[in-house]
Amino acid sequence: MRRYFLKKISIYLLTFWVAVTIDWGIPRLMPGNPLQVFLLKFRAQPDAAKYLQAYFYKAFGFNEPLWKQYLYYWDGIFHWNLGVSMFYYPTPVATVIGQHIFYTMGLLVPAIICAYFVGNRLGAMAARRKVLDNSILPASYLISGTPYQWFAMLLAFFLGALWHLLPESNAFAFGTTPVWTWTFIGNFLEHWILPFLSLFFIMLGGWAIGMRNLIIYELESDYAHWLQMLGSPARLVRRYAYRNAVLPQLTGLALALGTFVAGQIVTEIVFNYQGVGLLFFNAITNSDIFLMQGAFLLVIIGVLVANFVIDIVYVLVDPRTRVSMMGAEG
Amino acid sequence: MFARKKKGFLGVAAVVLAGSLVVPLLAIGTTASATTVRPHVTLSHANTVFSSGVMYSPPTVWNPNAQGSFATGTEGFLYETLFLYNPITNKYIPWLANSGKWTSTTKYVLTLRGGIKWVSDVANGQAVKGFMTGADVVFTIMLAKTDPGIYYSNLANDVSGATAVGNTVTVTFKHPAAEDWQSFLYQDPILPSSSVYGMGDWNNAELNTDANAAPVASGPMSLDSANTNSEEVCYTTNPNWWGANVKSLGNPSFKFGHWCDTVNSSNNVELTDFLTGAIDLSNNFLPGIAALIHAASPGGSTYGNISTYYPRPPYMLSANTVWLEPNLSKKPMSNLYFRKAVAAAVNESQIVNVDYTNLVDASNPTGLMPSQKSYIDTAAVKQYGFSFSKATAKADLKKSNYKGQTVTIECPAGWTDWMAAINLIVKDLKGVGIKAEALFPSYATRTSDIEDGTYDFAIDNNASIAADPYNYFYRMFRLPVQKVQSAQDNWERFDAATVGGVAGKAWALVKDLNATAMTAKTARQAIFNKLETIELQYLPEIPVWYNGAWAQYSASHWKHWPHSTAKGDQYTPVMWAGWLGQMTTVLALAQLAHS
Repeated sequence: MRRYFLKKISIYLLTFWVAVTIDWGIPRLMPGNPLQVFLLKFRAQPDAAKYLQAYFYKAFGFNEPLWKQYLYYWDGIFHWNLGVSMFYYPTPVATVIGQHIFYTMGLLVPAIICAYFVGNRLGAMAARRKVLDNSILPASYLISGTPYQWFAMLLAFFLGALWHLLPESNAFAFGTTPVWTWTFIGNFLEHWILPFLSLFFIMLGGWAIGMRNLIIYELESDYAHWLQMLGSPARLVRRYAYRNAVLPQLTGLALALGTFVAGQIVTEIVFNYQGVGLLFFNAITNSDIFLMQGAFLLVIIGVLVANFVIDIVYVLVDPRTRVSMMGAEG
Repeated sequence: MFARKKKGFLGVAAVVLAGSLVVPLLAIGTTASATTVRPHVTLSHANTVFSSGVMYSPPTVWNPNAQGSFATGTEGFLYETLFLYNPITNKYIPWLANSGKWTSTTKYVLTLRGGIKWVSDVANGQAVKGFMTGADVVFTIMLAKTDPGIYYSNLANDVSGATAVGNTVTVTFKHPAAEDWQSFLYQDPILPSSSVYGMGDWNNAELNTDANAAPVASGPMSLDSANTNSEEVCYTTNPNWWGANVKSLGNPSFKFGHWCDTVNSSNNVELTDFLTGAIDLSNNFLPGIAALIHAASPGGSTYGNISTYYPRPPYMLSANTVWLEPNLSKKPMSNLYFRKAVAAAVNESQIVNVDYTNLVDASNPTGLMPSQKSYIDTAAVKQYGFSFSKATAKADLKKSNYKGQTVTIECPAGWTDWMAAINLIVKDLKGVGIKAEALFPSYATRTSDIEDGTYDFAIDNNASIAADPYNYFYRMFRLPVQKVQSAQDNWERFDAATVGGVAGKAWALVKDLNATAMTAKTARQAIFNKLETIELQYLPEIPVWYNGAWAQYSASHWKHWPHSTAKGDQYTPVMWAGWLGQMTTVLALAQLAHS
């Protein structure tokens, strides 16, 4: 088992190095000069603009050779110093991300997990009952095929703007301070419901369809037929089918959880939710290369950690992995 | 067994849901409370005005020298200018200054009002730290000489010195500099010179880039950092503000206790927030607002609480001139007849009617603002001006040696009103035989395209409004043209290389304006006439329409917003940088009362 994890960790470290290198390089290859956009913030006269350009060229480290900038970036990662955001200047990138990540986490993690649990359960039920298959399956196709922004705007329009049942924008009401009080929590939850529901319903269909197909496949496999021929109760067969079917779904869950740090740009725009998705959007449209690097770094770390966790979970839930590892050790 | 398992599943789901919510909630609360002091938790709308339409990112800077990035209110609520400019009446109003006048062509004497206090922010108890004196004005002026990065560094070429005796300031100039100084008087806020609580001991880098998160300022409100977060910036009224005691200004004071300006969102969110009364003042472009003012709501009742400055077209005050900006350094835009053909091909009325649903006005061929109407040389407009005519456009196109190249017209993606206008212009150009394409790159790419001179046509509106057209022509004709035009002047590249000697002549005329006293009206008008003639003859820019000073008000919570019909309070209803602190928005806000 030690060899298995050492091998996995080595692969993850190599992947991290390659991904971080790409993360550092890609923003620098984008068209346009990030300093040009940044200097518009100062509305300076031509002479002052030249002075400021020289100042910031140095301050942002663009005067250093590329290899040095690359090494500084690695040094920054180890010290969690990701530089200063150009768009949110003079706020450090790490602080900007810290201000936004929890809103994204609070929205996406519950939506992903709830959609996973409910979707898988619905899919499994649909696979074994004709009535449910004829209702859940088309409904799931309809939901997952609906353009998300359209669905979200319908929710916002009817439940928010028209019927005034729920607030349709922002993470909390204007004039509210995000501090740890019941007033704030109530306010936060009230604003959380609509974006959560929009994500939950859209994600739900995909999980349900996936699980329904996987269960049908498993029920048609040799071991299921063998169990049935041995006279095993149908419930037992279904349990084994579910256990096998859930494995690929777990991988999907890990990937979904790993990439949640990238936020949900459309959700955050439709509901004006100040999350990481908006950060990405602002970073890219304003050529803020440091914020881009920081945000993508978060995604890299998220995906790798989620994959590592799922590797461990696989060992726990899939006896075949355990057996193959023991075989490898033997 | 099945029932027990189901219960377990639901239990697990509930725990997971609760757990995945509690962690971020705890983090949000902890992060915020670590940096906040005495939060109000919730500001009551009965005592708070909410606005939007200015900020596109969370507020992070309150440094008045960071003119393009400071949070709403930094100039106007916190830091103030010596004079205000009212574009509706085209008059200057003494603000921090009691009076000011030229005593010779190179000497200006101004007197500050007495009793102006420097006050700390709410977190520091709104304590009075000191009084504003002439020394603060001198400090601010002299920064132009000592800080090469300051945004008004051009003043260094004009000013030879400034001295203060008490509240009287004497500024001496190397040469007459009427326009540069006039701009300083109403555009540049006065800074605290104290080394104890002010900016006296700040180095140049700090002066230009420090966030100034605990501002000590003179204005009518103080920064309320406890209630400022990633969604909004909030201010609390300053009980020590000097304005309330000034009879000549009508003893302005605010009836509200707080003002919050919220981060700009998408149009649909902003419109809903506005229609539901969450936002009182929207300075965003809201498509279809004219229809909503008149139409019935889905619920059957009318939006009776919504209004704009004018009750009928154009609904909005004009904010600036929108040009179709040709890149004169590229073919075929370098050809005058081609530019004339384009100018005649564009149907500006269609843009006003279809794109803007009459929220704005079409531009005069000179592009001079409605408030600058008296400066328009009507004879020059009659002789050289252009108007929509397909026949003229086709005739000019024939003379232009146009080879059928495709030209692009660009504006940043997401600027929906401009994108729609470009689509209409492309159609117009195709209608006369010009191959044109719309291009909607990111804001960053579009800016680089313009500054590097790689674009064909762009839509642009960056000449600021002022009492006379000096700023307008300065923006249009400033020389020299740099390889990268990082200052936002002469983006079209009107210079000797593109149009010949007339470029130098135009720039010399602009400099003449700066050297001609404001009181020499006839001489100044003669210069304006010459500049307008050059503009109309050479078409460095093609004025199309006047961008609106977007302002929609809701009277759900606050009433007495500025209206053209109210005789006594014709003030600007706009919170944008350059308007709140330089024009008369503060006076407009002082009129507000509970609904």
